[in-house]
Formats: sequence, structure tokens, C-alpha cells
Amino acid sequence: MEIKALGCEPLSLRRVFIKDGHTLDVYRKDGGYKSLKKAMTMTQDAIIQEVKDSALRGRGGAGFPTGMKWSFVPRDNPKPKYIVCNADESEPGSFKDRYLMEYDPHALIEGMLIAGFALGSNTGYIYGRGEYRYLLDIMDVAIKEAREAGILGEKVLGNKDFSFDLHTHTGAGAYICGEETALLSSLEGFRGHPRMKPPFPAIEGLYASPTIVNNVETLTSIPQIIEMGGIKWRDLGTEKSGGTKLWSISGHVKKPGVYELPMGYADMEKFIMKDCGGMLRKDKDLKAVIPGGSSVYIMNAGQIIGQNVTLDYEGLVAAGSMLGTGGMMVMDETVDIMESTKNLTEFYKHESCGWCTPCREGTDWLVKIFNRISTGEGRPEDAQLLLDICDNMEGKSFCPLADAAAWPIQSAIRQFPGDFKKWLFDNVSSNGVKPNVQ
Amino acid sequence: MKAHVAKYPADRSRSALIPLLFVVQRERGGWLDNPGVNFLAKFLDLEVTDVWETATFYSMFNLRPIGRHHIQICKTLSCKIMGEPDITDHICSKLGIKPGETTDDGKFTVTMVECLGSCGTAPMMQIGFDYYEDLTLEKVDKILSDCK
Ligand SMILES: Cc1cc2nc3c(=O)[nH]c(=O)nc-3n(C[C@H](O)[C@H](O)[C@H](O)COP(=O)(O)O)c2cc1C
Ligand code: SF4
Ligand code: FES
Repeated sequence: MEIKALGCEPLSLRRVFIKDGHTLDVYRKDGGYKSLKKAMTMTQDAIIQEVKDSALRGRGGAGFPTGMKWSFVPRDNPKPKYIVCNADESEPGSFKDRYLMEYDPHALIEGMLIAGFALGSNTGYIYGRGEYRYLLDIMDVAIKEAREAGILGEKVLGNKDFSFDLHTHTGAGAYICGEETALLSSLEGFRGHPRMKPPFPAIEGLYASPTIVNNVETLTSIPQIIEMGGIKWRDLGTEKSGGTKLWSISGHVKKPGVYELPMGYADMEKFIMKDCGGMLRKDKDLKAVIPGGSSVYIMNAGQIIGQNVTLDYEGLVAAGSMLGTGGMMVMDETVDIMESTKNLTEFYKHESCGWCTPCREGTDWLVKIFNRISTGEGRPEDAQLLLDICDNMEGKSFCPLADAAAWPIQSAIRQFPGDFKKWLFDNVSSNGVKPNVQ
Repeated sequence: MKAHVAKYPADRSRSALIPLLFVVQRERGGWLDNPGVNFLAKFLDLEVTDVWETATFYSMFNLRPIGRHHIQICKTLSCKIMGEPDITDHICSKLGIKPGETTDDGKFTVTMVECLGSCGTAPMMQIGFDYYEDLTLEKVDKILSDCK
């Protein structure tokens, strides 16, 4: 697997290339915690303004502007305020946060400290998915180092007006706990059901106190922004999509991995076919790409090849999909898109938290129909039936998981009608394979 | 256990429930039995039903005894297209069990799980808390024979 920056200096990936960059000593020698020092000489408003200027959009998938989110926290609210790092990373196709925590835990701590200072918070939690135990252990070691060095705890770096402590917290296997309100329910020790919004977490989050939930990559970008200045950081990317972005790329490419690219990188075809080494098997053509984690629209090769798709929020929307988490899954011609869509639908059925009917029942029905199709019992009207169920879920459920389940199906039927036709009319896969019925 | 509770505000000890369920699960031989859960409820001053309510939501809590080595194979898309089916068949035929089952000697349990954030090194599996990535059949043989 590759870890590499292209078209820019490694910024988020900087410490990957520095020996022992995960240790406090090396991190400090490399300029670590200087941004925190700088931030503590600034006003809270000035810090938030830098983050706004940077055009940083949340890297957890939804892409909400981080500076704006921070400005929603009511500063005069007497309740304690919390900074929560979303390290749940469960979106299929996404695996970037893992390497940030492994190679650069202090950048995350520094980002959370700056957020804490800017928002008047004294406590932070890092919510990691249960399977990431080894990463939470790495974070715990780094937190201990920072505490012993007077960076975390009472009087951060001697600043008598600012105390901040940080703790790791483990999830236990539930994709829905990546959704920020479900995450907070889980952090309070309950089942991971999402909560009604509004009130948004910035107003009423953890323990009904103002809370900012940000993704690992979002928070590790903060020290960079404070160091360089918001505008300069933004200009690494485009005016609307600031900075650099980590892409996780998997599937049928020669060099899968985590790549840091400036926002607006041109273009998607070059990235897949050259930078990532092209197709894994020379004689197999590109068929499909899911560009932003499993929850976004699937693209066919025609939407990518020769289309000059830029890799940023706007470019992927224009190309008919979304940036999401930047988790790219690449499929060659051997993959049947009915089967790949069935696989992802099983994921959403498994991960539906069961709270609301359209999603709980809808994902269950979808899987039943996919099962029927894949055993050769599909009927011509099944494509429409799948779309009707998606219609009843999309925008009609309690949280975005239901939309995330519907979009892959809607786009798969739209972009790969041939694969579905084969199954529904001839009861064979796109490669002519008869179903293997037990 | 107290160190876990200390991470949260004094009146919010329920927040320690999930981390402590892992502790109990480990201490009780890999699954949540009644004595373990009752003990935890008392420790956190919760109703036993509150503890079960949370515990049953999360896939990493085992409600039945489990093999000493819990093999969790990722079945999601990137792993699937990179060779998961062959890996699963190999492991299952070697151990003589199907996914979801435990070997008679109680040594191995095989479970199919969803994406574990290792799609770039697919196919992959987790045994206990350890990641095994870029799997091949030869690698799997070695990993299994190293399991004591
Ligand atoms: C079903 C679902 C799963 C999500 N999973 C994650 C996740 O694993 N990691 C993450 O950072 N954000 C995830 N999100 C997005 C969060 O709700 C939230 O937008 C994000 O943590 C905010 O941080 P950001 O603004 O820094 O991106 C998920 C959202 C939904 C609806
Ligand atoms: S949409 Fe699905 S995941 Fe979201 S609350 Fe409803 S049942 Fe739960
Ligand atoms: S699909 Fe298997 S680890 Fe992500």
C-alpha cells in the first residue's frame, strides 16, 4: 500500500515521512505545538476567522464548513463545552484517519487543543471505532506524553487561563455511531441511535452541553491552518474547496493507498490510471468507481475517462457524484454491478440502527429483492421495485443513513442498466455467469 | 475500572459503560455472561436491563461463548472484489466450520464482518484486536498455525 503526497508537499502526511514522527520529541523538533502557542496569543474570534478563511470543509463526509460550525457555539453559555473527535471511520472505502492517528497523533491533539482554546472548552474526547483499539492505544500514549510535558491538563503550556484535558473513548462496532448525534448517544453509554436535529450539537450536544464534533482529518488540519494562515492554506486548493485532502483508494488499482492531493487536483482519470498505477490487471478495463466512500453515487468509466473531472467538492458533483470521505473504490470489468450494489445494501441493512421504519424495513426489503435477483429469480419489474423502495427511504427517514443506502442503488441502476437487465431478463450476471444456487 | 470512569464528569459515569463492557467481556473469557453484566450494573449503579440494552446494540459484544481466537473476515466490497470469498472458503474448510460457528475444541470462531477500514490492504481480517492485511492463502495458513 502507498502513502504519498502528489502535487503538493505532504502536509497531513508530513509525519509519515519523518522517523518517529509520532513521538512528542520528534513532533516538537519538527515545529509541533508551535501553532498552539501562536493560537494562544490570538483572540478566539481571530482563530475562528482563520478557519473560516481557510475554506476548510469537514472531512467526515458531509463537508460542512468547519469555521462556520465553530461559530455556532454559544460563547456566553455557562455550561461546559466539549470538543469531540470523530474517529469512527466506518465508511466502506475510507481508511485515511487510521494512518493520521498512527503516524501523527500529536497533530490531532494539537488540533483539538486549538479548537478547545478557540471555543472555550476544557475537555475533549476522541471517539474511535471499537476495532481501532491499537490506534486508541497509540493515542493514549501520545496523550500521556503531552500531559507529562504540561501540554495537556491544567494551565496548558503555562497559560494560566487555559486548561484542557483529553480522553479516548471506544465504540463497539456500529457504523451509525459515526453519525455525530448517534456518536454522542454512544459516548453517553446508550445505544447508538441518532438524535433529533435541531438542536444541533454545537448548541446541545454531549450531556446537553455545546459540543463540536469534527473528523480526525479536519482536526489535524487546524495546526496547519494556524501556522500558515487561513488564506494561504485555502490557496493550496481552490477558492471553494480549500487546502489538501486525503484520498483512500482501494480495489482494482496497482497501487492502492492513501494519497494527499491539493483540492482541485486534475484529474480523476490521471489519478487512477497513472498515479495509482492504473488497473491491477492489464487486460481488464475500468468499469466503475465509487469516489467518496460507499454512500455516494457510483460512476461509470464514461463519466471519468476524458472528462477532466477535478478532485474537489465541486468537480465531483459536476461529474455526477460527491466527494464524501474521499474513499475511492475502483472496479474493473470483472465486477457485476448488481452484485456490488447488493454487497453494499447488505452493509446498510446490517448497520441500520432500526430506529425508524422506512430505513429498518426498507433496507430489509432491498436485501430480500437483491437475494431473489442473485439467485436467478429476478423479475423484469424488480429494478423499478428497488427504485420505489429507495424513494420511500430517501429524505423520509430520521438520519442520512437511509439516503446513503438509497443512493448507491439509484445510481447503479442509472449508470449500469445493462447489468441489471441481464439479471432481470436473462437471470445471469453481466459476465454471463449463472447464479450459484445452493 | 475506576480509571475509565474518571474520564467522564462525576455524574456521568454511564459514559464508561461501553469501555467497561469490553473489560468485563475480556475478564469473562470473551463474552458477556450474567454474572459479569450484573457485576458491572452494580459497579456503575445502573439497572441490569440498562446494561443489556446498550450491550445488545453493538456487534463487538458477544452474547454467547466464543472461540479463543475470534477470526473476523471483512466481507465488504473492496475485500469482496479482492479475493475475500477464496480466503473465507479456505479458512472455513481448513477449520471445518461455517461462518458464525466455533470449532469443537473452542479454539476458533469465524465471523463475517463489515468494512474494518483496511480496504487499501484488502482482503483482510482481524483476529481479536489484531489486523491481518493483504491476505493470501499462504499467509492465512501461517497465521492460523501461529494461533496457539
Ligand atoms: C451514517 C453516517 C455515518 C457517519 N460516519 C462518520 C465517520 O465514521 N467519521 C466521521 O468523521 N464522520 C462520519 N459521519 C459524519 C458525521 O455525522 C459528522 O458530519 C462529522 O463527524 C462532522 O465532522 P466534520 O465536519 O469534521 O466532517 C457520518 C454520518 C452519517 C450520516
Ligand atoms: S435512518 Fe436508519 S440509521 Fe438513521 S435513525 Fe432511521 S433506522 Fe436508524
Ligand atoms: S472493505 Fe474490507 S476493510 Fe474495507
